[in-house]
Amino acid sequence: MDALLKIENLHIEIDGKEILHGVNLSINTGEVHALMGRNGSGKSTLSNTLMGHPAYKVSKGQITFNGTTINNLKSNERAKLGLFLGFQYPLSIPGVTVASFLRQANKALKGDAVSPKEFRKLLYEKMDDLEIDHAFATRYINDGFSGGEKKRMEILQMAMLEPKFVILDEPDSGLDIDSLKLVADSINKFKTRNPQLGILLVTHYQRILDYVKPNKVHVFVDGNIVESGGPELALELEKKGYDWLVQREEVRK
Amino acid sequence: MATELNNDYKYGFHDSEENYTFKSGRGLTREIVLSISKMKNEPQWMTDFRLKSLEIFYKKPMPKWGNTKLLNEIDFENIFYYVKSTEKQEKSWEDVPKEIKNTFDRLGIPEAERKFLAGVSAQYESEVIYHSLREDLKKLGVIFLDMDSGLREHPEIVKKYFATIIPSEDNKFAALNSAVWSGGSFIYVPPHTNVEIPLQAYFRINTENMGQFERTLIIADEGSSVHYIEGCTAPTYSSDSLHSAVVELIALKGAKIRYTTIQNWSKNVYNLVTKRAVAHENAVVEWLDGNMGSKLTMKYPSIYLVGEHAHGEVVSVALASGSDQHQDAGAKIIHAAPNTTSVITSKSISRNGGRASYRGLLKVHKGATNVKSTIKCDALMLDERSRSDTYPTMEIDEKGVQIEHEATVSKIEDEKLFYLMSRGISEEQAKLMIVNGFMEVFVKELPMEYAVELNRLIELEMEGSIG
Ligand SMILES: Nc1ncnc2c1ncn2[C@@H]1O[C@H](COP(=O)(O)OP(=O)(O)O)[C@@H](O)[C@H]1O
Ligand SMILES: [Mg+2]
Repeated sequence: MDALLKIENLHIEIDGKEILHGVNLSINTGEVHALMGRNGSGKSTLSNTLMGHPAYKVSKGQITFNGTTINNLKSNERAKLGLFLGFQYPLSIPGVTVASFLRQANKALKGDAVSPKEFRKLLYEKMDDLEIDHAFATRYINDGFSGGEKKRMEILQMAMLEPKFVILDEPDSGLDIDSLKLVADSINKFKTRNPQLGILLVTHYQRILDYVKPNKVHVFVDGNIVESGGPELALELEKKGYDWLVQREEVRK
Repeated sequence: MATELNNDYKYGFHDSEENYTFKSGRGLTREIVLSISKMKNEPQWMTDFRLKSLEIFYKKPMPKWGNTKLLNEIDFENIFYYVKSTEKQEKSWEDVPKEIKNTFDRLGIPEAERKFLAGVSAQYESEVIYHSLREDLKKLGVIFLDMDSGLREHPEIVKKYFATIIPSEDNKFAALNSAVWSGGSFIYVPPHTNVEIPLQAYFRINTENMGQFERTLIIADEGSSVHYIEGCTAPTYSSDSLHSAVVELIALKGAKIRYTTIQNWSKNVYNLVTKRAVAHENAVVEWLDGNMGSKLTMKYPSIYLVGEHAHGEVVSVALASGSDQHQDAGAKIIHAAPNTTSVITSKSISRNGGRASYRGLLKVHKGATNVKSTIKCDALMLDERSRSDTYPTMEIDEKGVQIEHEATVSKIEDEKLFYLMSRGISEEQAKLMIVNGFMEVFVKELPMEYAVELNRLIELEMEGSIG
């Protein structure tokens, strides 16, 4: 089976400094992969790169999505292919309402198929799933939102835009247990409706993996994957921490 | 690259000039002022006022601040001071000449507005040619006329308030307007009357090199409220045009006036306007001032808070686009009574070498205790060639005032673009969204059709701005 997302020997530079050093990763249709690692290990760098952030330069290697090499595509073009990034730190855009933003994004991705009325109905439905008050539709994107509200808003966007592959960069950080469950339920609901969906779930903690079950778990240390395994690897990390892997890397070097 | 608005300016059309019934000669003389006054059949006090103002205009030096270089390029000898397009006021829409109707069509005055809006007073050239008031407004006793008719039909009210807020001595351009004014709006709202639908007037200037000197006076009597909207577009001409209006607002005890402007003069127009309001006890005055066009705009809507608990608010937005455009806009608030409050919000966008300046004054007089004021100036610069500057002045002569002042200069951040683009939105559209979002504080206050029109204008301006 061809991989949905294939990353080969990926080297990434920011301002001339190499941050990722030859990442290899392959995710099939319908699979959930967890990417774990300490702060600063390069998880967001990989996430942003996959989505086409202009500051992250691919100096070597290749990213293939659904058979297409996407190294040089702009992020809106990647979105059109079906990629989605749930941001670790979602930005606020003052003066642009959530509803108008999502409507324009929806239009850009799917054409002008739905009427404003249908769109609103759909939006409210998804908001209800995430227990987001309808009033948020007319609030400005992430403007004055709490950390938890921002995270839920990212998941709402995913549910509305219906991507084929999602990268979720720490969708769980800063969430209390109730919000975490809401977010996880929403991810699962979306996944159940779209069994073909591929997910790269970036997280620090194994907690969210109790709800969103990964097929595979990878560990990032210093800009590369140093260990891969099944869900049991996440449990092991929970118990042992990351130190043993970091030390093993230092020895190896 | 950028298409200059000048080239594809969509309102860039003009009518043949044959139909004008009177056109004053170039240059400004006592004779011209006299003939304007005589033609309008004005009372002697107004003639005297004009002549006195002319003397002041001659004597007053040019402002020594703002864009002095551009100001000094104005050639007062090369301006028509008065143009009258049709002989008399039109009474009904049917009577409005076809040519003029065509012009309105092209300006896109929506059909619906004519139905919904209380009165449309459309200023074509220097004279108001069409004016209608809906019956219910009349029943309320609300007066909504062009200034000339106002003077004829309600001389006692005009005489009581005219030039009381902005005397001819105020500045050179106020003096000029006082000498040659023509047209503009006169509104009087009786006590405890709320005018629920906005009153609006459309302005445009047409003859090459003509000056336009409207004079607007709005009086909201005790406990009344009114919203006036002035929007204008102008055709493109090659030589410079001068627009110098004077607007006076008087909000008596407990009254509320909101005055909304969107100016979109073509890029050869000098737009030098004096706007001032006085708010008495418990009164509220709001200026919403949008500056999209012109070569040089210098405009600082002012509010004198003279009664206790009066509140003043100015929301000013400016778009400076291209190295031939300078928007010098801002606000002045004078707290002259205790317990008065004010808010100034200024938003400017500069692009393509354009220059946007905020110039503001906050003054608190001695004795004006317990004053609160918030000033927020945000500038958005779309490229390195553009310029934005702030000239805030504060004169505080009383202790214990609460003032918040915040100024930011930003550009469109890559991170924000990335965020929007990651959702499938193109770079151009993402930029436009950010710009529109930046202007939202102003746009959201506008009636629907103006909001749509303004967003369209911004879109037009932004077209081709992606390098
Ligand atoms: N935009 C950037 N500019 C400079 N350095 C960056 C940038 N983004 C990430 N880095 C650096 O790259 C490394 C990895 O960071 P990041 O990908 O954010 O890690 P993680 O998401 O795992 O916490 C860090 O050393 C960080 O400082
Ligand atoms: Mg991160």
